[in-house]
Amino acid sequence: MLRFIVRRLLQLIPILLGLSVLLFAWLRALPGGPAQAALGERATPEAIARYNELFGLDEPLIVQYLRFLGRAIRLDFGTSARTGRAVTTEFLERMPGTIELTLFAMIFAIGVGIPLGYLAARRHGSWLDSTSVIGSLLGVAIPVFFLAYLLRLGFAVELGWLPGSGRQDVRMDATRITNFYVLDGLLTREWDAAWDAVLHLILPAIALGTIPLAIIVRITRASVLDVVNEDYVRTANAKGLATSTVRRRHIIKNALLPVSTTIGLQTGLLLSGAVLTESVFAFGGVGSALYDALFARDFAILQGFILMLAIVYVLVNLLVDISYGLLDPRVRVR
Amino acid sequence: MTSVLGAPVLEVDDLSVTFQRKGEKPTRAVDGVSFSVAPGETVGLVGESGCGKSVTSLAIMGLLPSRGVKVGGSVRLEGQELIGAGSRKLRSLRGAHMAMVFQDPLSSLNPTVQIGTQVTEVLLEHRDMSKAEAAAEAVALLDRVGIPDPRRRLKEYPHQLSGGMRQRALIAMALACSPRLLIADEPTTALDVTIQAQILELLKELVVDTGTALVMITHDLGVVAGLCDRVHVMYSGKIIETADRHELFAQPRQPYTGGLLASVPRLDAGRGTPITPIRGSARDAIPWAEGCAFAPRCDNAQDDCLTEVSGSVVPLEPDGPGRELRCRHPLQYPTAPSGATALGAAR
Amino acid sequence: MGDVKRRRIDELAARAGQVPEGEGGVSLTRSAFRRLRRDPVAIIGAVIVVTFLVVALFAPWLAPRDPLAQTLLSQIRPGLIPGSQEGFPLGVDNLGRDLLSRLIYGSRQSLMIGVVSTVLGVAAGMALGIIAGAFGGWVDTVVMRFVDILLSIPGLLMAISISVLLGQNQYALMIAIAVTQVPIFARLLRGSMLVQRGSDYALAARALGIRKRRIVFGHVLPNSLSPVIVQATLSLATAIIEAAALSFLGLGDPDLARPEWGAMLANAQAFLSVRPELAVYPALCIIVVALGFTLLGESLREALDPKFRR
Repeated sequence: MLRFIVRRLLQLIPILLGLSVLLFAWLRALPGGPAQAALGERATPEAIARYNELFGLDEPLIVQYLRFLGRAIRLDFGTSARTGRAVTTEFLERMPGTIELTLFAMIFAIGVGIPLGYLAARRHGSWLDSTSVIGSLLGVAIPVFFLAYLLRLGFAVELGWLPGSGRQDVRMDATRITNFYVLDGLLTREWDAAWDAVLHLILPAIALGTIPLAIIVRITRASVLDVVNEDYVRTANAKGLATSTVRRRHIIKNALLPVSTTIGLQTGLLLSGAVLTESVFAFGGVGSALYDALFARDFAILQGFILMLAIVYVLVNLLVDISYGLLDPRVRVR
Repeated sequence: MTSVLGAPVLEVDDLSVTFQRKGEKPTRAVDGVSFSVAPGETVGLVGESGCGKSVTSLAIMGLLPSRGVKVGGSVRLEGQELIGAGSRKLRSLRGAHMAMVFQDPLSSLNPTVQIGTQVTEVLLEHRDMSKAEAAAEAVALLDRVGIPDPRRRLKEYPHQLSGGMRQRALIAMALACSPRLLIADEPTTALDVTIQAQILELLKELVVDTGTALVMITHDLGVVAGLCDRVHVMYSGKIIETADRHELFAQPRQPYTGGLLASVPRLDAGRGTPITPIRGSARDAIPWAEGCAFAPRCDNAQDDCLTEVSGSVVPLEPDGPGRELRCRHPLQYPTAPSGATALGAAR
Repeated sequence: MGDVKRRRIDELAARAGQVPEGEGGVSLTRSAFRRLRRDPVAIIGAVIVVTFLVVALFAPWLAPRDPLAQTLLSQIRPGLIPGSQEGFPLGVDNLGRDLLSRLIYGSRQSLMIGVVSTVLGVAAGMALGIIAGAFGGWVDTVVMRFVDILLSIPGLLMAISISVLLGQNQYALMIAIAVTQVPIFARLLRGSMLVQRGSDYALAARALGIRKRRIVFGHVLPNSLSPVIVQATLSLATAIIEAAALSFLGLGDPDLARPEWGAMLANAQAFLSVRPELAVYPALCIIVVALGFTLLGESLREALDPKFRR
């Protein structure tokens, strides 16, 4: 198992290198080049020239790339033209919010999706089955940001049941330790702060989790339908095992294999969706920062955030691969 | 007749299975099948694929899906009626009193669960054992079915075992609670020839040692010759001939049985003797209600094989001591039977 | 990265070569088409798609008004946008333009973005896939590493990067969406070609002395296409939804002369509490069209791949 993990880690190196080349090239290809990217759109030609000289942008590309790579390894992506703060600091400060949001979204998607998909399969052909099939088709067809707006309009603006923006009530004056607001609240025993953060997470998490939910329902359903017809389930029944044992050990365990693959694939969608959802709910995570940076054409933020998000995505996929290896002994040996 | 060692373990009486899919007309996969198996006896159900032999076994075990399937008749295990019994009751019998070994050992084992767990779960379900006791028993079981180094194998997964090992493991699971009845559905079809022989030998030993009643489902006459005491030949959902193994090989009466035997190449047939296959395929069967289902492929068929002409469905009738036959124009033999003449007549 | 993601795509590819049992005599395409025609899901999907295509084609004849003409401006004031009335079945937008006409004309641009970006993505992806699948060896390794790198960037972030690079116009939008689809198609086709290349018939053809190029382009490639066709149909839906997302992020087509559902939806968010219909109708159009392509794609998959049938 350890060798499996090490091998996967080694495979990451060329991918990360390739990513850095792409993003380096991207910044070079931008109209105005990196100097303008760093100084902002209103930079004077003199300032640009000074910047170019200062950062050696007149040197050969390969030297420049190596320098960029050196800084990237130290997670130094320069400073934001808009706020003047280091990109990495900005990212690390905001990432906990996005992690909280994606976690809640995933908990929602998995917690509802797997049981629903399982029930739909076991009651194949029932109204529950058809409803979940139709629902899962609709779920992937709705633009995320529109759903987010609808939820906000309905439950926050009209009904006023849940907060519709931010990560926590500003009047909360909660103590910050990790920037995971829910976790901070629990650590400092400020229960009201934790609860308030949870309330703020509900609507964005539902909006963000809807696509994964739809996909998980569909895959679970199809997978359970496949597995119940497998020979080994018949064997389990022939052994006279209790229904609960057959269900847990022989049906669900195997049916979850393709589902776990899908869950890994969803992280990409979640990170993409977070940009849209967070900006609708002014959530203050990485996504809404990207949205703001996009409108401000804050290229340092864009470059650094995209690279770091890609790394997060790659790492999450690695985790999924490893957990897949734990679930399915056949993968481990390969 | 061979060893009847007491009251039969399994009595199947007029078993029928009908598949009814929505919007399609029902098909009868098994029709009026009756037979019984005594302790220590091995009974073969023989026929081509699609003749209903596997469906029969699943019906006995109560493993057919409840939706779209109608099972009729009676199946008694040690006197208890199984048809119509509750699912809880059936679950308590399956694995404990009756067990089954399937055709494809790889797909019949759960790929994500260790062999050990798959063996012990039967013990834990049906016998009052602790986990440690069950594990010890599992080692003994694997050892008994001839798996070397059983302690290590317990921790392994199905894909790490060879085909023969997997089938041995499945047999170990089936035998875990010393069932009175074991059904083996084509247990050797997916295996190499040398492994086939080993598995058959193992099954034979187990039957002798434990007195388990064995129902052997196969299309392979070699398996029948090596293992079975009595044989029921099935065609298109019905039993068409029943006989003692020796008699069946010596003097098959149903032309279908004769054809099956004749289509097996034999060493003693002499060079140049052609192998004679049966014409057509099992798909060419006609419904029994219209006549003998085998008639379209039969060399002996005559007009009265059809219900239209004879006025009645071909019945299964006694045919000498211990034999039964469903045929109006069976193969005939001179009074002193021998293998050679039987084959001659079959051609 | 994404070993699992890769595996998932390869799985789809591996399923491609399976011929349904008992249908050996009929060509795969024809038997697939026959199954499609009997599948109610496919019919619903096809009806939706064809309807919208017809609307897009005949937009100038179907639209009751000029989608750009600003009328009823006098009735518009903050907090009030006139709804349905005589001559304006769905009312007007915040600039007084007839909503129905804009929706009808919008189908042109939205479908065009979907189709063009998918065609571009499929073409580029297939080119890479064919190069990798046909040559094998180090070419395969290099191409696939590149594809893996592209796969490691979440789709929307990739589209954002490309859009920012190319500036704001409809072509940039199409290319940005296309690029996100390239790696998927490259992997899919290459995986599917590998399966076909290793199959017995390809081996038999080689044993008969048929030239490699002929085997690849005459047999392997045509037989590898079905998962690509399925994925392309599904991608049409994704592309239209993604276009809407990019519009929302301010990366859409700035040319107001071309109404487009995504841009209309993004624009309408500001008036959601005044007149939600402005957002609901374009959203419904997007949802229904996406649904149509998805239904069609899923039933295509089932028709082409017997194992997937449910």
